Amino acid sequence: MYDIIIIGAGINGSFLAHELSKTECSVLVLDKNADVADGASMANSAIVHSGHDPKPGTLKCRLNVRGNRMYPDICKELGVMYKNCSAFVVATDEEESKVLDKLIGQSNERDIPCIEYDGDKARELEPNLSKNVIRAIELPTTGIIYPWEVAIALMEEAVMNGVELRLSEEVTGIKKSDDVFTVSTDKGNYESRYVLNVAGVYADKIYEMLIGEDPGFHITPRRGEYYVLDEMDKPPVSRVIYPVPGPNGKGVLVVPTVHGNTLLGPNSEPIEDKEANNTTADALSYVKKNVCKTVDNIPFDKIIRTFAGLRPSGDTGDFVIEESKVEGFINVACIESPGLASAPAIAEYVLTELMKGRWTFPAKVEYKHRKPVKVLAEMSDEDKNSLVKENPAYGEIVCRCRRVSKGEVLDVIRRPVGATTVKGVKKRIGPGMGRCQGGFCEPLIVEILASELGIAMEDVRYGSKDSYILMDRMGADASHGKEQP
Amino acid sequence: MREYEIVIIGGGSAGIAAAIAAYNKGCSDILILEKDKELGGILLQCIHNGFGLHRFKEELAGPAYAEKWVDMLKDTDVVVKTGTTVTHLTSDKKITYVNKDEGYVTVSAKAIIVSVGCRERARGNIATPGYRPSGVWSAGTAQKYINMQGYMVGKRVFILGSGDIGLIMARRMTLEGAKVLGVAELMPYSNGLPRNMKQCLEDFDIPLYLSHTVSDIRGKDRLTGITISRVDENLQPIAGTEIDFDVDTLLLSVGLIPDSALFEEAGIELHRKTKGPVVDEHLMTSLPGVFACGNGLHVHDLVDFVSMEGEEAGSSAAKYVLDKDYREACDKRSDGEGDDTLALVPGDGIGYVLPSKIHGSLMEDSLEIKMRVTRNDRKVKLVMKAGDKVIKSLNKPRIAPSEMEKMVVRKTELEGITGTVTLSVEA
Repeated sequence: MYDIIIIGAGINGSFLAHELSKTECSVLVLDKNADVADGASMANSAIVHSGHDPKPGTLKCRLNVRGNRMYPDICKELGVMYKNCSAFVVATDEEESKVLDKLIGQSNERDIPCIEYDGDKARELEPNLSKNVIRAIELPTTGIIYPWEVAIALMEEAVMNGVELRLSEEVTGIKKSDDVFTVSTDKGNYESRYVLNVAGVYADKIYEMLIGEDPGFHITPRRGEYYVLDEMDKPPVSRVIYPVPGPNGKGVLVVPTVHGNTLLGPNSEPIEDKEANNTTADALSYVKKNVCKTVDNIPFDKIIRTFAGLRPSGDTGDFVIEESKVEGFINVACIESPGLASAPAIAEYVLTELMKGRWTFPAKVEYKHRKPVKVLAEMSDEDKNSLVKENPAYGEIVCRCRRVSKGEVLDVIRRPVGATTVKGVKKRIGPGMGRCQGGFCEPLIVEILASELGIAMEDVRYGSKDSYILMDRMGADASHGKEQP
Repeated sequence: MREYEIVIIGGGSAGIAAAIAAYNKGCSDILILEKDKELGGILLQCIHNGFGLHRFKEELAGPAYAEKWVDMLKDTDVVVKTGTTVTHLTSDKKITYVNKDEGYVTVSAKAIIVSVGCRERARGNIATPGYRPSGVWSAGTAQKYINMQGYMVGKRVFILGSGDIGLIMARRMTLEGAKVLGVAELMPYSNGLPRNMKQCLEDFDIPLYLSHTVSDIRGKDRLTGITISRVDENLQPIAGTEIDFDVDTLLLSVGLIPDSALFEEAGIELHRKTKGPVVDEHLMTSLPGVFACGNGLHVHDLVDFVSMEGEEAGSSAAKYVLDKDYREACDKRSDGEGDDTLALVPGDGIGYVLPSKIHGSLMEDSLEIKMRVTRNDRKVKLVMKAGDKVIKSLNKPRIAPSEMEKMVVRKTELEGITGTVTLSVEA
């Protein structure tokens, strides 16, 4: 019997698990995916918004503003990337300019730094800003992260401190009797006193499993599609560029990433299928058309990837974060944008406010901290060389686009909540994210995974459990290549 | 810091040939840096025949062709470091490399030859919509799994792009028992060599869909199917022309791009069309003393031509090291175009011309100019002109974008010509 079961290992499940791991309570985290942060947390704009945009009085507003202030320290403590890149919201006509006035007002009320520029001054700071921009506001507290990197680091530390994580286990039923929840999965049954439902696009279905009736909130994913531009020394923009927000959210953005890539997107399209994260020609061309309204000279020949994510959008207009009508079952649902920016504040809100006095777990006396992943590309030559001397695998480059060594790949496989798939390695240390998109490195990563996990090459997966890569080992006659080591 | 006479980055067909040529011209302090465990580059996974017909007058498989070169290299004093990746190339000609034994090391060189090869365009580059399952690869990646690691990657296969690697993989997978359902080509003509069209598709009854592209990719885990559509004159899919295929594997052979990362870091000027560096008559880049050759310069049809270009670059680098007058003339010009600089530009029917410029006073007695045509045609002329003046004209019974055209021009023919020289296809 656990004290708490968390359903969902996305960014919010990870923040909750991490906070709880600081106390003496037993926690089990379940996720149907093969890795932490494989759903909405994997595919989004990766922005820690300042909090200028949400409607006043909402949880979205309060938690975004708070979350934005929490992120820099948290990322520093975890040893993950956070870049305070700043942002512009830009207006291209008088109508849009009025919206900026509203945002300035909101920012002032919320104590969010906000600077006003005319179009020319804004273009001085961001030379590729469209000639059509007549006015802009800057939100200097805006940041960018790799959401999955944060989630994985949080979960790693949580697991190091006693949290149990079961991946590739899909919840199939939830019951409560005699104050005990029984959560059934495709692999077993688990009991707990509390359940935190952080199941992303499936949170309504999970709650429905428990109560057997209409959950009262419904999640219709809104799909957002993106282009990724190659890393550049001088990316088209150095700040996040927002158009003025509209009825469908923050609009189509141009977003620098921590690694010098650029994201273009997203659109916003309601989709009934909770798994339909495919891209479409129409949405991608909509994205292309719209980014050109705010930014000129976008190098579309540098596109290296497209992707789509599903926002867990509810029908209440706000996050649904509450103890449900079943005592001890807490819904953390409908966490669409600004969900990522709010995530640390959501965990804080649930644990210190919503459930205040309901559970009292003493703080752990000794807390173990994770060792940050050693990223060679960010180290001095001296540090690199002492590392290679210690472990020659750090001198063997397997990913030439991102210059990732075999030593780094081994590290992210071997640590707690380590990578078990090609995509898992890609999320943690980058091979496959560069301009070759895995063309050169994937066969090497498959070999390393097979050898480290002690499995056959054919059993290595790209991401999900059915995403096989290789089929049969070819007969010695058939293979004119080299012998398998 | 150790200074070499010549450092060669990349020990594939271009790099090895460059090293041998430079050595034969009298350089003795030459280092090759190769990221793989052995020399040979992409040839090692090209186990099919067809290499060496031009250079050795015999037909060899890729590894055998590489072996011939490696054997020739063994007769020289060239130093080779394998398992060694170059991580940095700077504008002051410093190279940082890394391997297991030495760690990170920075060296300098009088001359540098960059022969790093190319990469395949991936699905993301062409932004094919749909899901992102496993089972979608560039053809060369599948080739590596099959020929180097010895694993089949799929049973029902479709191929997008009629580039040579795609065609060769169509045959390879068929011979291994897979069913190849078809090849789609965006353009109204094939991009592969005629012999590969015949030997890899026609001989196996694999249908070719010209003016088609993949418009959807299905499968949430492993690929389950694709849709192809006919494209209009703007190369956009036409609604209503969709054909579905149930396949577990989609291979992409949609073009090769020179690996330009090191050039970019060193601030070397890149060519708008080839995506490799801009070079002069000696294959020297915009950074004096840095030369480029092979598929890292521009993408070739045949490895024989890659080797020959490597030999050219090797000779040029040796000249730069050994011939003080030439070196000083190169260094002085830096970015400088002198009065003797001719710009070679593509005219009608030509995609690009290599080199992009000729320094009249520095050029050798003759020079082979390479150009890529943009259309299939018959009974045409390749014409080199300065203004209205025809410098040279070459009759061609047929031309095709898949086959590089060449024209040899003598120094004497360019005497008195200044400014811009245009190469074009004329009826």
